[in-house]
Amino acid sequence: MPQVSLTVNGKQHSVEVEGRTLLVELLREKLGLTGTHVGCDTSQCGACVVHVDGKSVKACTMLALQAQGQSITTIEGIAHADGTLHPMQEMFREHHALQCGFCTPGMVMSAIDLVQMHPEGLSEHEIRDGLEGNLCRCTGYHNIVKAIAAAWPIMHGKEAVAA
Amino acid sequence: MGFEGIGASVRRKEDHRFLSGRGHYTDDLNQPGQAHAVIVRSDRPHARLLGIDAAAARAAPGVVAVFTGADLEADGVGGVPCGWQLHNKDGSPMAEPKHPVLAVGKVRHVGDPVCVVIGETRQEARNAAELLQIDYEDLPAVASVRDAIVPGAGQVHDDAAGNVCYDWQIGDGAVVDQAFATAKFRVRLDLTNNRLVPNAMEPRAAIGAFDPSSGDYTLWTTSQNPHVIRLLMGAFVLHIPEHKLRVVAPDVGGGFGSKIYHYAEEAIVTWAAGRLKRPVKWTADRSEAFISDAHGRDHVSTAEMALDAEGTFLALRVRTLCNMGAYLSTFAPAVPTYLYATLLAGCYRTPAIHAEVKAVFTNTVPVDAYRGAGRPEATFLLERLMDVIAHDTGLDRVALRRRNFIPREAFPYQTPVALEYDSGDYHATLKTALAAADWDGFPARRAEAARRGKLRGIGISTYVEACGIAPSKVVGSLGARAGLFEVANIRVHPTGSVTVFTGTHSHGQGHETTFAQLVSDQLGVPIDQVDVVHGDTAKIPFGMGTYGSRSLAVGGSAMVKAMDKVIAKGRKIAAHLMEASVDDIEFRDGRFHVAGTDKSKALSDISLAAYIPHNYPIEELEPGLDETAFYDPKNFTYPGGCHVCEVEIDRDTGTVQVVNFVGVDDVGRVVNPMIVEGQVQGGVAQGIGQALMEDAIYDKQGQLLTGSFMDYRMPRAGDFPPMHVTTENTLCTHNPLGAKGCGEVGAIGSPPSVINAVVDALRDYGVRHLDMPATAPKIWSILQTQQPRMAAE
Repeated sequence: MPQVSLTVNGKQHSVEVEGRTLLVELLREKLGLTGTHVGCDTSQCGACVVHVDGKSVKACTMLALQAQGQSITTIEGIAHADGTLHPMQEMFREHHALQCGFCTPGMVMSAIDLVQMHPEGLSEHEIRDGLEGNLCRCTGYHNIVKAIAAAWPIMHGKEAVAA
Repeated sequence: MGFEGIGASVRRKEDHRFLSGRGHYTDDLNQPGQAHAVIVRSDRPHARLLGIDAAAARAAPGVVAVFTGADLEADGVGGVPCGWQLHNKDGSPMAEPKHPVLAVGKVRHVGDPVCVVIGETRQEARNAAELLQIDYEDLPAVASVRDAIVPGAGQVHDDAAGNVCYDWQIGDGAVVDQAFATAKFRVRLDLTNNRLVPNAMEPRAAIGAFDPSSGDYTLWTTSQNPHVIRLLMGAFVLHIPEHKLRVVAPDVGGGFGSKIYHYAEEAIVTWAAGRLKRPVKWTADRSEAFISDAHGRDHVSTAEMALDAEGTFLALRVRTLCNMGAYLSTFAPAVPTYLYATLLAGCYRTPAIHAEVKAVFTNTVPVDAYRGAGRPEATFLLERLMDVIAHDTGLDRVALRRRNFIPREAFPYQTPVALEYDSGDYHATLKTALAAADWDGFPARRAEAARRGKLRGIGISTYVEACGIAPSKVVGSLGARAGLFEVANIRVHPTGSVTVFTGTHSHGQGHETTFAQLVSDQLGVPIDQVDVVHGDTAKIPFGMGTYGSRSLAVGGSAMVKAMDKVIAKGRKIAAHLMEASVDDIEFRDGRFHVAGTDKSKALSDISLAAYIPHNYPIEELEPGLDETAFYDPKNFTYPGGCHVCEVEIDRDTGTVQVVNFVGVDDVGRVVNPMIVEGQVQGGVAQGIGQALMEDAIYDKQGQLLTGSFMDYRMPRAGDFPPMHVTTENTLCTHNPLGAKGCGEVGAIGSPPSVINAVVDALRDYGVRHLDMPATAPKIWSILQTQQPRMAAE
């Protein structure tokens, strides 16, 4: 069986996988990182979004072998080592942007990348467009949008502007 | 500690684990030595099973076993049971054909389980599943209710003649006929309620395990009600007594009804675990979920209202055909009857109502309760009918509703269709909603939109629903084969922290927070000293689970009753410790006080004494501070309210954009306003989804055409404007909290407000009614074929 070497949440791993193994299967089944979820089989729902070298990627659209030499960050890897939540996680909690929690890891990982890609600012409309690849069945997205808008100034070190 | 009691928007206790990827959903769990099951399903809508050749699959690498329906039947495995029994008009029982766990003799819908392949890994089981040879002989299939009742249509079951499951009625047809004969206006509307796929984001999963040393079985499953699964599967399918069967529903990623029911896969993995003496795990992929999770809605109805010259309702006549799918799912018969037809009074004083409901088998996935269950169908019918009455008679749609509302002072109000509403104020929620939506300012917005080339419309829906299900005696008389009480165990530990064991289940509702707030409110214990345990039959005395917005109204009331017992016992202990009369002990702010003195003791002093009873009234009182209550409510609860939706239609594409949404709901007592708003927003999103985009479409032959997220249009963030939802509450009069429930109001109230707005936007095009979903192609073709009556303002 082929072997893949990659960094996940700052830790080096070398794992034997079948050629057809998806990155999400590697994370969940081989590395026990079950925070990354699988909600569909057509790359529509975004529950499996992780960061690959800092960019959001649906981990069901990528073979594990394609991650050779790359650095993966999952939902388990974004809080500080002392347990302090990432600002996006904190704002999701503050604004009640999650209910059942199943879409949440992918939603948070997408949202972090979305905010990082827009240092110039993010309108409500741009946030909604930016969530095109993530489905949530519980919240109606209302509070997710609020949470991302609230995380933007914190992540960019700016004062919050009135919505 | 800030204010954490009833009314505080406390941030959720469960969020930290979900946000950091530490939730424990069923598929996240693994048992030592587990094998993996893959279910092989019928790709035929209706066929005779001529033979299954599993030799190649059995010989494939990593295969542990292949089982068919014959193996289960030979082992005495029963069929999947139905939890409700309806009776026909003539008093005879409904048709209740057997629902085998794995198909025997015939397959009846695409997705019907035929075999289970169990492998060392999921991949090996999947590979082997490809090698199975299943020999079918296709039979004529029916997918729609209209096709199914045509004489000569394909018969889904031999023991359900004409594909009829039941032909049922409620109300007095003769009185209704008489009212119609003399009415000034008679308005008729034919409509459908589109079939939906619930699509909780977590696909269903199940792990069965068997301990040969004790003979105990355990099932981990994505369920909204583990005790009910234990009862149904243990008693009717696998014949495992309750004390040998533990059912665990850990973190569950959304349910919306679809995870209430006992599904075949739960029985398959549990049975196979016993047979193989090792754990067996199954997880659905999304394509599998589309053809195996119970669907929702799927009604075809005719509604007729008789009115006098002033627009007062005289009588309502409704005929509904509803799709049961191929088999009866757990709650299915109740949905179009006791959750639908009994709601047809709505919030109106219609003096006479007659509803006839015919339930029909088809070669489709079973249909059961989906968020709102029956009540969205009733509300859509009534609230579309309101606007059609206004259209046909020229009466104002708001004035028509106001004229016929049940007034606040008329409660308790007995409807002609069995229910007695306890409280509500429909005028108040309507008034607040119209003001919040700036109803009066709409003509100016419509004119402004017209200048931009858009068609703008506004619609309302005023609704009531029945939830908090419910009184056991009542549901028993309605055909339920179970009680619908709830159970709570309040365990005050020696040092005063509290564990709540509840028979309800949280799969997004935030119970771990809301219920901790109840304890904080009643016992004065900070919420970080309270844990809420749910979803495990080994830990919780009993429970009926979470659906029908019942958790706070029924489950929370059980907690209040149990806490009353804790306080009552605590007063006796406090009286002993402080050498006072029990009658003089008052409990407030977490302390037991001797009235009229400055003497008091904290709850933790009392609990310590209860578990270390050195100085204790041991002659009269048992040690410990651990109380259980079973609570069976006196009535359903009746949330209601008003939803206002405003839309714009693009003339070139027919695309509908919701541009404003206002919901003012009466949900009774609110414990956590933040959570309630979130529940309503989520419900509204599902309602707008039904109204504008979601549609489970079968072709004539019974193939599901919308079987993936690429075909079934799920609502996305860009489909919504910010929502303005708020509550204006009257209290439930018969439970100790005054709570009514908020889980379904969004999905019940909103769909007709959306369609009413779309029809309003198209009023110049002569549109009287439009069935859901109001997709762009549907509207585009109206815009292409109809000439506007006049130029837009």
